[in-house]
Formats: sequence, C-alpha cells, structure tokens
Amino acid sequence: MARYVVASVDDIGIGERKLVDVRGRPVVVFNINGEFFALLDRCPHQGGSLCAGKMTGLVEAGAVGEFKYSRHGEIVRCPWHGWEFDVRTGKSYCNPERLRVRQFPVTLEAGAQVVEGPFVAETFQVTVEDKYVVIEA
Amino acid sequence: MTTDVRTPNRPSAAGSSTVARAAQERYKVIDSDLHPSARSLEDLKPFLSKRWWDHLQTYGYRSRQGLYQGQVYPKAAPFAHRRDAIPPEGGFGGSNLEFMRSQYLDACNIEVAIMSPLNFTGQGDDNHELSAALARAINEWQVECWTRLEPRLRASIVVPYEDTALSVEEIERWAEHPHFAQILLLTRTSEPLGRRRFWPIYEAAQKHGLPVGIHVFGASGHPTSPAGWPSYYMEDMTSHAAACQGMLASFALEGVFERFPGLKIINIEGGFAWLPAFEWRLDKHWERMRGEVPHLKRPPSEYLREGLRISTQPFEEPENPKHLIDIFEWIGYDRLLFATDYPHWDFDDPATTLPRQIGPERMQQILSGNARKLYRLG
Repeated sequence: MARYVVASVDDIGIGERKLVDVRGRPVVVFNINGEFFALLDRCPHQGGSLCAGKMTGLVEAGAVGEFKYSRHGEIVRCPWHGWEFDVRTGKSYCNPERLRVRQFPVTLEAGAQVVEGPFVAETFQVTVEDKYVVIEA
Repeated sequence: MTTDVRTPNRPSAAGSSTVARAAQERYKVIDSDLHPSARSLEDLKPFLSKRWWDHLQTYGYRSRQGLYQGQVYPKAAPFAHRRDAIPPEGGFGGSNLEFMRSQYLDACNIEVAIMSPLNFTGQGDDNHELSAALARAINEWQVECWTRLEPRLRASIVVPYEDTALSVEEIERWAEHPHFAQILLLTRTSEPLGRRRFWPIYEAAQKHGLPVGIHVFGASGHPTSPAGWPSYYMEDMTSHAAACQGMLASFALEGVFERFPGLKIINIEGGFAWLPAFEWRLDKHWERMRGEVPHLKRPPSEYLREGLRISTQPFEEPENPKHLIDIFEWIGYDRLLFATDYPHWDFDDPATTLPRQIGPERMQQILSGNARKLYRLG
C-alpha cells in the first residue's frame, strides 16, 4: 500500500469531483461538504465511468403514497444503467453486498507533512502552505 | 482498508486501462442496434421538399397517440441517453460522428453497426404522405451524413409502414444500395405485423434478400402493455416483451413464413429470455387447434426457428448465470445477435455483457458471426 497525493484540497470544491490517475487506475474523488471520498471510476456492473454520472440523493418511501428525499449529493448514479452508489461506502443501493464499487481511503494532509513524505506526488508541485488529498492504494 | 469488488478487472469501454483494451481486441463486434440522430429537424431540411418542410412548420405531425412531441414516459436519463454519450456541444447522443467514433466505434471494437434511426423518422404517422416524405429524407440523410463518411456504418431502409404501397416504393428505392443492411419496422403498429396488408413489404424484403428489423416502440396508439397504459417507465420497458410476443404470434400464425420462406426478421430491443416459453406455448396450442390455422404445415416454433433472429439487448441478468446459458441453449446460439443500443442508457457493453462461460466460439458467434451471415457482410 502506497499513499498517493492526487490533488490539492482547493482543486475540488464542495459538491465537485475530480478524476485522477492512481497507478494507472482511474479514481474519482468526491468532496461532500468538505469530506472527501475516493471510488474506482468504473461501475462494477458494466464499467461505466462514475465520474460522468449524476450526483443525486435517496428517494425512499415508508409506505405507498409517501416519500422522503434525503442525503442530497451523496449518491452517484452510473451514467449508463443508473445503478446508485453511496459515495460514503461504495455500496449500491439495490444490491449493497454484491454490487459495490471499490473505495480507497482518503486523508487530507498538510503541505508540510506531504513534503516530508513518504508520499508519491509526481504530477504537481506541493507547497507547504496548502492542504492535499491523499489516497491509499 | 479497501472494500471487496465483485469483478475488479472487468474490461471497460469507458475506462482508460490498456489492459482492458487488449482484452476486448479479441472480439470484433457487429452491432445490430445503433441509434444515430439528427441534431434537429433542421438537419433533414436538405432532404425534404419545400412542400413537406412548410407542412411540418405549419401543421406538424399527425400522430396516432398523444404526447407526440415528448416522451410518453419520462426516460430516467436525458432523451433516454447514457449521460456520457451526450456530445461535447450538447444535444442528442449519436448526433456527432466524431464523438461516436471515439466513444463507441473505436472503444467498442465495432466492425459494423446497423443504424436504426428513431428520431424524426415519421414512422407510424397518420399522414401517410408525410410519413413517406420523412422516411425518404431519413434514408438519404443516413447515406449522406453517415454511411458515406464512415465505412463501419450501415443504414436501415426506414419505411412509412402504415401505408404498404408507399413502403414498398421506399424499399425499391434503396434495396440495391450497398449501404443498406435491412428494412426497419417498429413493433407497435396499428394492426399486428403478420396481417396480410403488410405482406408486400415482406415480399420485397425476400426478393432483395434484406432482413426486416423490428425495433420496439411505435406510436400506434396501442399501449406497450395489453393490460392498458401503465403508470411507470419501468412498466413500459418491461412490457415491451408482451408487445413483441403479440407481434411475433401474428407473424407465426398468419403464415407469413409459410408464404415467404426466405424472410428473416429480427426482434430488436425486446430482451430475449421470454422467447422459449412463448414458443413452447405457441406449439402447445397448435397441437390442439391446428385446424384454426391450416395454412401452417409445421409447429409455429419451427417457422420462428428459421425466420426469427433476436437481439440480446437489453440483456437479461439472472442472479445465476447458468440460467442464462440454459436460455441461450433453448433459443439456439445461431439466433442471437449482439446489440449495444448506443447511445441509450440501457446500452450493453460488448466487452462485459456476455458470460465468458459460453466460450470464445459462441462469444464470437453472438458478437459478430450470426450478424455477418444475416446481413451478408461477407
């Protein structure tokens, strides 16, 4: 397991996401209200790019005729067949145990920390003042 | 900590991994259902006479059902598209050839794709002359804007099927043009497609050796479900199978294949798992009530066995893949044609859809071999 610096925190605003490359694998990093999550950018169903999917919430009903909408912006729908994944866990809503997308642990590290290592940061300059998104993969 | 993924190394048409690319290089694909689209009706203006252009501007369509300008059901995704298939400039998926090349033709290793235009085709319109004018325009548009520019594409002869004579005229116009691979009908017509009024279409198809592709939908005014107009898009999608069965029962029982033994039809986008049970039921009834249809010399399923091919999309996904293989065997591997339905949301990726357990020969047969024979692609 190595730790990869993939973006500066400022690169990904609240509600935004960014596609990054981790050891040749496409990974999509989400910022949900300041919390960062990373998922493999490949739907486990047929391989659609989750980065191109719509961010949505959960519509649920306690009974016929009722509805509850919650967790706005925390669910990504695959752009192909519409499978819904919980960005916090990578699990699909309809078949959470069998169909889940690979999730990578994310931490935010201060620039000073990143400069000391042991991190892999080949693609951009790291400055001591900024904060960085680090993925363990 | 990482969570477990069911199939972490599945190749993907959208992924950038070179490993995935290499894996799918092995299979060439002939897609029996690609949907190109005009950007708007304006794109067809060069192929319409002033008379019909003015008519469309002044009076519009004369559909047999309501909501003709919108979708009968909300489609869960814009224009029923894969969200990533909308071209960079916006608008309809399948309306930008360059984008189609990179996202679909190249990425999916497409050798040949049979185009089934659905937008602005005028099919099913109750003004038959207008329907014919639009069909002709869309056929010219397929050649001028697509097949002439991209050799991997083949056109479909779109016909104004509610008027048989005009349909035959359109078939005769294009039948010997090498860019056309099939005649295109839709499943829900004003009467079931096996009825005699449609036979001249099949006679022309047989004469020219052109298969007849029958794609789901059709603005005939009949709901997709024989139980009436359903509430949800999900019901609409699921009920296509019922509409297909009604259409195919008509083909089998009216004696179309007895009269045109060389005719080949393709059921497109209706799924396929229902087909074996449907054929068993037809045969069971025939054994008991054969006298009602004395023009049939053999069990109905035998006619369908020879005359009917079925596209695999939208693919069936049973929990146990063994069930899928049983269904393939009941249908017959030689009747299955792979289809992507690009750019629509229920797109099937040729790199990941078919179960590997069927082995490379059958994989290749479904992905391209059967289609190569049927469309006479050499």
